[in-house]
Amino acid sequence: MTYTSVLAKQRRFGETTRTDAWWIQPLLVFLGFSAFIAYSTWAALQGTDTVHCYYWLGGYNPNANGANYLSPFFSPELFSVSPDAPPAVFGTLPAIWPGWLPFSPAFLMMWVPAGFRFTCYYYRGAYYKAFWADPINCAVGEPRKTYLGERYFPLIIQNIHRYFFYLAVVFIFILAWDAWDALWFVDAAGKQHFGIAVGSLVLIVNVYLLGGYTFGCHSFRHLIGGFLDSKSKVPVCAKGYSCVSCLNHRHMLWAWMSLFWVGFTDIYIRLCAMGVWHDFRIFTF
Amino acid sequence: MKSVTFRIWRGDVTGGKLVDYTTEFSEGMVVLDIVHKIQATQANDLACRWNCKAGKCGSCSAEINGVPRLMCMTRLDMIPVEKPVTIEPMRAFPSIRDLVTDVSWNFLVKKKIKKFKPRAPDAADGTWRMQQEDIDRVQEFRKCIECFLCQDVCHVLRDHRKHDEFIGPRFLVYTAALEMHPLDTEDRIEELKQAHGIGYCNITKCCTKVCPENITITDNAIIPLKERVVDEFYDPLGWLWKIIRPKG
Repeated sequence: MTYTSVLAKQRRFGETTRTDAWWIQPLLVFLGFSAFIAYSTWAALQGTDTVHCYYWLGGYNPNANGANYLSPFFSPELFSVSPDAPPAVFGTLPAIWPGWLPFSPAFLMMWVPAGFRFTCYYYRGAYYKAFWADPINCAVGEPRKTYLGERYFPLIIQNIHRYFFYLAVVFIFILAWDAWDALWFVDAAGKQHFGIAVGSLVLIVNVYLLGGYTFGCHSFRHLIGGFLDSKSKVPVCAKGYSCVSCLNHRHMLWAWMSLFWVGFTDIYIRLCAMGVWHDFRIFTF
Repeated sequence: MKSVTFRIWRGDVTGGKLVDYTTEFSEGMVVLDIVHKIQATQANDLACRWNCKAGKCGSCSAEINGVPRLMCMTRLDMIPVEKPVTIEPMRAFPSIRDLVTDVSWNFLVKKKIKKFKPRAPDAADGTWRMQQEDIDRVQEFRKCIECFLCQDVCHVLRDHRKHDEFIGPRFLVYTAALEMHPLDTEDRIEELKQAHGIGYCNITKCCTKVCPENITITDNAIIPLKERVVDEFYDPLGWLWKIIRPKG
């Protein structure tokens, strides 16, 4: 008789003696992530045709009022389609792109933040519960008897997380540049003026929250000093480890706040570009 | 005095059932007090392991209303007493009798982990010198009282029964305490990946939630160990970096 053969009978899916509302947390996570995935996919395909460009508030858009806001879903814009789009890094989309295949500038770069979040230690724990019920919550029965964890393919791929972190850091600098651009407004004569509008603040808060999430990453915490057993011998690493640990302590909060705000930033720019909302200018020098 | 009904699991390795006991309680009583009261007045043969009654010996682990907790640290005003309170033994370990389980597997696992292997002494008198900031991290892990609640709630053991392939959160914390110790020179990374099955942990943080000593098991022990496994086995850039990185 083996040790495990005499354990209590395995529970069925959802079976538990917990009396609290254990299902609320995975349900909220499921709804929150699903809403973001649905919105970001929809938004990536909206206003990206040759007639409209709703991911940029600037240029000849009559609602721009001299502003220059690029949605974080589309930054950096590598190729553009619409003549109203901001100047893309590599210009307009090459003709070799098949006409029948939908294109969005977001497709070329969204995989980086998506991959970073998908492999994030916080998100992994959250979506294993909410989407895969493995387990659906602590001490609650599971739907499957087999289990591979992150030890075997496919989830062993999660170990790539630190590489997504390296790429995500580049994006933080790009988005910071976009936020800096959002502080400059063009007048009728084409001259640039420093100023702050509500949209500028929205983009600055976006970088702040994404930075708090990215630089509180568990992989970064390890890479900056966690790998050392005697951090006192390398004071720079010790200080870095301490700072990252501070952010990491609230990693879940940063993850949710940055997720919400990056979506809101896109909504704000989109609605302003469509003329539904008006971007209020606080001051301009 | 108010009354409360405890629905206690009675049985042994061959099976059992939940039995209701109603008794009175007063302010400040903990679950273990009620279990002892039932033992004294209604069920003299009720088996229950306990020792310090102060949350330091880790003996009275059980599942209270389905949540792994120490009976001595769960006051009745922390749980709803209007309905029967379910008290069950830990499910990740075989039952011996009633609320007592056979946790011997844990001690066998501990023996398999490579022991502390300090570097040569720093001083002629055979002593070492360490900075407090270097030892802060492992001191958190030393708070563990080996109640095995984290092992009980871990679904890899509890539901998937990977006792032969996975050492569980308690021993990942133990390994972290050794592996991150500034004096230790032993290498346990390959064992962590292979024999100890750290890859089975999917970071649900249930172990952290139930720890009565509030050890941040997942974030401070398991994930840093996972990152060390990544350093060793999955990161080509890291292999290059290891050649030039600061030693510590």
